[in-house]
Amino acid sequence: MGWPEFLFLLEGMKWTLALSAIGFIGGGVAGLAVALARTSGKPVLERATAAYVSLFQGTPLLMQLFVVYFGLALVGLDLAPWEAVAVGFTLHASAYLGDIWRGGIEAVPRGQMEAARALSLGYVSRMKDVILPQALRVSLPATIGFLVQLIKGTSLASIVGFTELARAGNMVSNQIFKPLLVFGIVGAMYFALCWPLSLYGSWMERRLAAPSR
Amino acid sequence: MSPNQATGPLIAMHGVDKWYGDFHALKGVTLEVRRGEKIVLCGPSGSGKSTLIRCINHLETIQKGRIVVDGIALDDSARAVDAVRREVGMVFQSFNLFPHMTVLENCTLAPMRVRGTRKAEAEATARRYLERVRIGEQALKYPAQLSGGQQQRVAIARALCMEPKVMLFDEPTSALDPEMVKEVLDTMIGLARDGMTMVCVTHEMGFARQVADRVIFMADGAILEEADPETFFRSPQHPRARTFLGEILAHH
Repeated sequence: MGWPEFLFLLEGMKWTLALSAIGFIGGGVAGLAVALARTSGKPVLERATAAYVSLFQGTPLLMQLFVVYFGLALVGLDLAPWEAVAVGFTLHASAYLGDIWRGGIEAVPRGQMEAARALSLGYVSRMKDVILPQALRVSLPATIGFLVQLIKGTSLASIVGFTELARAGNMVSNQIFKPLLVFGIVGAMYFALCWPLSLYGSWMERRLAAPSR
Repeated sequence: MSPNQATGPLIAMHGVDKWYGDFHALKGVTLEVRRGEKIVLCGPSGSGKSTLIRCINHLETIQKGRIVVDGIALDDSARAVDAVRREVGMVFQSFNLFPHMTVLENCTLAPMRVRGTRKAEAEATARRYLERVRIGEQALKYPAQLSGGQQQRVAIARALCMEPKVMLFDEPTSALDPEMVKEVLDTMIGLARDGMTMVCVTHEMGFARQVADRVIFMADGAILEEADPETFFRSPQHPRARTFLGEILAHH
């Protein structure tokens, strides 16, 4: 295996990173909306988002990607593979992150919301200044755990013809017939992406467990 | 300001009923609080006294009756609720300071967000009130670094920073270690001397004797007796009030 193959793998890794970033940013924004709707106290919103979360947590990510990729084409939306995959990952991540953050919001003591209300703070300020900073702090380890899952989950995008790291590895392996070497390297590349995040997660967890400042 | 706003009662509750499901928490409560008046609410636990003051700033909704605060009728509209909350400060049993903010940030948040006060001005006001509750030197610490008594005094300063017309105290010393009760009560007494309108749920009978204009006794969601502290403590009329006072005083 020479430089060209390695560069090809690096190119795949770049897409893996890009997909993860899209999934995380898109999923983060949509997930925040899901978490806020889930804790809004409005029965219709709460039930709708609960159903949304159950749907995406109860079906394989692979099926979700298929449905978005082929389904949107059927209804006339002609998306490029990377666009379809980005939509799929955004939906998937928003359901999981929404649920993780809902848990964080519910973990903030009731008195915090009451004090904020008593001070006449409006909804936006109550959430942005008081509740979310505390909720996101407690949710951080779980959030990072999910991000690691998401990075590995991007390998499923290869199924719809997207050349990310796993598919790039497959292609190189088929060319040079050294699967053990190639997938060993591919595995090491995934590890290099995920491990620092895991380390950061457990460091945060220790820091949060320590008595408050 | 209409004449009614300037001279009428600051808080008027008429025939207020509240249920939690089947539980009848407030039964036809009628209460008026004049400007500058200090009221102590007492009664056995579960008597509805906390519920009553939490209705005044709409932390609890009521099912029947009418509450008017500073001329504003409290319906369920966000506008009325916001307008009332701006004039009503509240201090909780469990302090409820925001743990991720410094003492100073706790005090400046609401004036900046709600009143649109500039940061420098909000900080100056906050430092003035923190000095007043004698905790100025702790302004840059986080709540967890303070004792319970100090945290509660910060909570009082935080409420004062909104320059409310009335302060509600919901058992402000019940979560404190005994040696810290006095510093909080002294702060409240100072506030009373400066003419603040106050409604306090508390079992601190010494405090009631010293500052209350009226003591109101509640049991089972209803007001059973109200009198000036001297009369109330010397000759309580209602049998429930006599039993309650007997139990409280036995412990003091």
